[in-house]
Amino acid sequence: MIPQDRIIIVAKVTAGRLDALRSLLKTMTLNGAPGMADPANALVPFGNFDNIHFARFVVLADNTLGDLRDYPEIARDKFDPYLCFMVDCDGDADALLARMAQGSPRMKEIFAHCEGFDQSADLLGWMRKYRVEPMASYVNWVGRSVLQVRQEDRLHRHLRDALSAIQLTNPQDIFTHLKRQAESCALTPAPPTPLAWRIRKLVHMLLPIVPVLVCLACLVLFPIITIVVLSVVTAIVAVPFAIALRHHEQTDPIVCQPYEASHVNELRLGEDHDVTNQYTAMGSIKPGWFRLCTERVILYSINWVARHICTRGALGRIGTIHFAHWVFLDQRRRGFFCSNYDGGHEAYMDDFINKAGFGLNLSFSSFIAYPVTNWLVARGAWLEQDFKRFQRHHQIPTDVWYKAYPGLTARDLARNSRIRNGFERTAMNDDEIRRWLAEI
Amino acid sequence: MMSNETTRRDVDAGDIQAIARTAFLSLKAARYMLLRVTEADTAREWLRSLEPASVAGSSTTDGQKICQIAFTAAGLMALGVASDVVKRFSPEFLEGMAGNDNRSLRLGDTGANAPANWNWGVGDREPHVLLMLFSDKDEIEAFANWMLSDALAAGLSRIEVLSDSDMDGFEPFGFKDGISQPSFDWDRPRTPGTRSDQDYTNLIALGELVLGYRNEYGLLTERPWLEAGDKHAGMLPSVPRERHDLGRNGSYLVYRQLAQDVRGFWRWVKDEADRCGITKEQLAEAMVGRKLTGSPLADLTLGRPIPGVGVHREGNNGFLFDTDPDGLSCPIGAHIRRANPRTGDMPGGRKGAIDTLLTMLGLTVRCDRHPTSSTLPWPRNTTVWPFFRSEDDAVASARFHRILRRGREYGEKLDRDAALAAGPVDEGERGIHFLCLNANIARQFEFVQGAWIASAKFAALTGEQDPLLGNRRPFPDTPVANQPELTDGFSRPGAPPQCRHARGLPQFVRVRGGAYFFLPGLTALKWIISD
Repeated sequence: MIPQDRIIIVAKVTAGRLDALRSLLKTMTLNGAPGMADPANALVPFGNFDNIHFARFVVLADNTLGDLRDYPEIARDKFDPYLCFMVDCDGDADALLARMAQGSPRMKEIFAHCEGFDQSADLLGWMRKYRVEPMASYVNWVGRSVLQVRQEDRLHRHLRDALSAIQLTNPQDIFTHLKRQAESCALTPAPPTPLAWRIRKLVHMLLPIVPVLVCLACLVLFPIITIVVLSVVTAIVAVPFAIALRHHEQTDPIVCQPYEASHVNELRLGEDHDVTNQYTAMGSIKPGWFRLCTERVILYSINWVARHICTRGALGRIGTIHFAHWVFLDQRRRGFFCSNYDGGHEAYMDDFINKAGFGLNLSFSSFIAYPVTNWLVARGAWLEQDFKRFQRHHQIPTDVWYKAYPGLTARDLARNSRIRNGFERTAMNDDEIRRWLAEI
Repeated sequence: MMSNETTRRDVDAGDIQAIARTAFLSLKAARYMLLRVTEADTAREWLRSLEPASVAGSSTTDGQKICQIAFTAAGLMALGVASDVVKRFSPEFLEGMAGNDNRSLRLGDTGANAPANWNWGVGDREPHVLLMLFSDKDEIEAFANWMLSDALAAGLSRIEVLSDSDMDGFEPFGFKDGISQPSFDWDRPRTPGTRSDQDYTNLIALGELVLGYRNEYGLLTERPWLEAGDKHAGMLPSVPRERHDLGRNGSYLVYRQLAQDVRGFWRWVKDEADRCGITKEQLAEAMVGRKLTGSPLADLTLGRPIPGVGVHREGNNGFLFDTDPDGLSCPIGAHIRRANPRTGDMPGGRKGAIDTLLTMLGLTVRCDRHPTSSTLPWPRNTTVWPFFRSEDDAVASARFHRILRRGREYGEKLDRDAALAAGPVDEGERGIHFLCLNANIARQFEFVQGAWIASAKFAALTGEQDPLLGNRRPFPDTPVANQPELTDGFSRPGAPPQCRHARGLPQFVRVRGGAYFFLPGLTALKWIISD
């Protein structure tokens, strides 16, 4: 299979160039659908690169500076906006970056609005220099390529048309007939998984497990010493952590956020043009090392779970996210979160609160103005309206957003893959065929 | 689960308008008067003379003339409520049903449904005041005329006076209507969010209906307030931070006038049913998800009682879709499954602690598959590690998305066989005055309408909207899609392959008008219309 990779480039916008940059980005979008990229736009024709799933340009402007007033140590912080360019792709991201530098040289015009870049600069070198790694990333289905998505969609449409015209009743006859009907649909077999990627993944998976295994081994071999050592370590780490956590949760300033109708309406202009929507939000991390360290551990854990456990169709119970990234900014004083999700915004947030509220609390409660949590997981997002205002307040309109397969949800993609798997089998029993037909 | 079995809750029954508790079914006629305020002073004075019935006073409505009052945001302004007070109402109410294009897109109000085509609700036909009048059939005409002439004399102007018609509890397509309604915990407060809510419950917190009480999150839904210094603020109950509660005992009322093409419906159904060798009634019942009489399509009872389903309704309402995960008995896209999927907080219902934890982490969705004939073979959860199919968990928990419907039919009743014949050229319109109450328009009405009814991706389906209400517009309906997905299908997973997917469903229901209203508590009403 082809593993997925991502390009995230973040660079400061040159002072005074923000408006020019925004109008330039606007030329890349479609009329009547603000923020939706024209796949064939002249600056970055995303549609020409057949391994891009999603891409976005977004000006990271901080909406929330007013919330800092309760934190004297950072209240006077200035913030200059960044430009973020983000791509989710199949295969090696650096190779794609090189292809893009080659194939759409007019990208220069965009980055010329950023610090450290002038038209004569080496585009590829500059992009490499400003690439950042996310703290955590999530891919809905590891290994599902754009090519696969498109081929399986074509197969599904083909089979659906063939099925509605069919006059047979015997499942075996139907299966044979459909197989013949859709013979012409190309289905490229998945290429072998790169060895280097598999090794890296294995090492990444084992890294936190090894200490646990060592502890267990010690526990068996030298039980008493190990128990004593573990108890001491627990007392030194866990108890102070718990005390500090409760202290922070009970004393962090509560920042009230009004509902900002004009801001929300601006965000809405860019929503619901497709079954999938984009989401970009940023905020400031609460000052002090405690919150930052906690956030780093949590994001490490989310990344680990996303990479090794939630790799097939859902992040926890959330089955509507295609890709998501958590990124630090500004020497880790700020962070931003980007996702691509299916359905409307309100439904996305309800889904999140009710199915994974604890996950929201874990990953965002270190941010200023997040609704009060208990023990990092409870309350927070369940303060429904406070939370919904918090997230809208921090959300930023995405200037340019591209999706390679409009009209298809993550669940559509999973269903199409199941249809393909059935289609490629040489024989199925009647029951299996009925189940397979039901999916079409 | 109930807490404090013995504590009755303190509900201001005398302050809540009666429609929150009763549909006035014994009063067989209604009029919906949509008015605009032209002279605020005289209008307020006249409104003060009305006596809207309250929940406390509505135990016997027989033979009465009942009036209920609601306002749009524009109406509150027109009556002289200060704009910085109006601004404290919910954003959806302030923007209005037709307030922006994104909302129209989400609600399916595009194409023929677009607000530009409405008969009322937009521009100078946006109502300010809604008067709902209920009485016996032989009295309604005089009652409405008398009210209208008084209103006109008092500085209000008329947009529409809409009548209902009595179809004996059936809606115009011919189906028994109003069977499934949430029950609210009027008497004893419910504690939401306990483990029992992993199962579907039909007993819903009062705060989902009436403002000022705990909602399904255990919180008070945001509601408008007055500062202590605001005019007459002392009339209203005080709340923390030296504020007074303008929302308490009020509710948001959603009104959509929906025209139903009864002839178009039965003709299309007849053609499609003929193609598939079934009767038109069978197909229509599959689309609705109930029989014409209102009973469920198959026995989908789980063998345990459902909280909040009254005994007298158990036969028609005491069921879940858990025993029919593949939609073989009741199609997944059927109207009643979209309007209320009867889901609990956990897919498949209550689980043990370990299963709950695993499900939350996305490691398993173990729906208890009841060994009924309705389940397809090939157990779906064993095909891929980690045995998770997010399809089984695609639909949100229902208890956060319930509305209380208070609609009535209008137009001339048309029998389904008669509907197959050509109608007269000047045939009158028929349909439903869809009215519903909720505390949070975005999370309740708009969610149900947008994510469940109008969505072409409900419950991992594709290419179909609600078979009755869908607007059939291709989606994505923008230049983005080179191959827009049609949404005019309807699938019956239980049918033979060639009949499983019906296509080309015409639009059967058209939005003719609509608005978001605030139905104030009686004290708040007094404040709104005070001088």
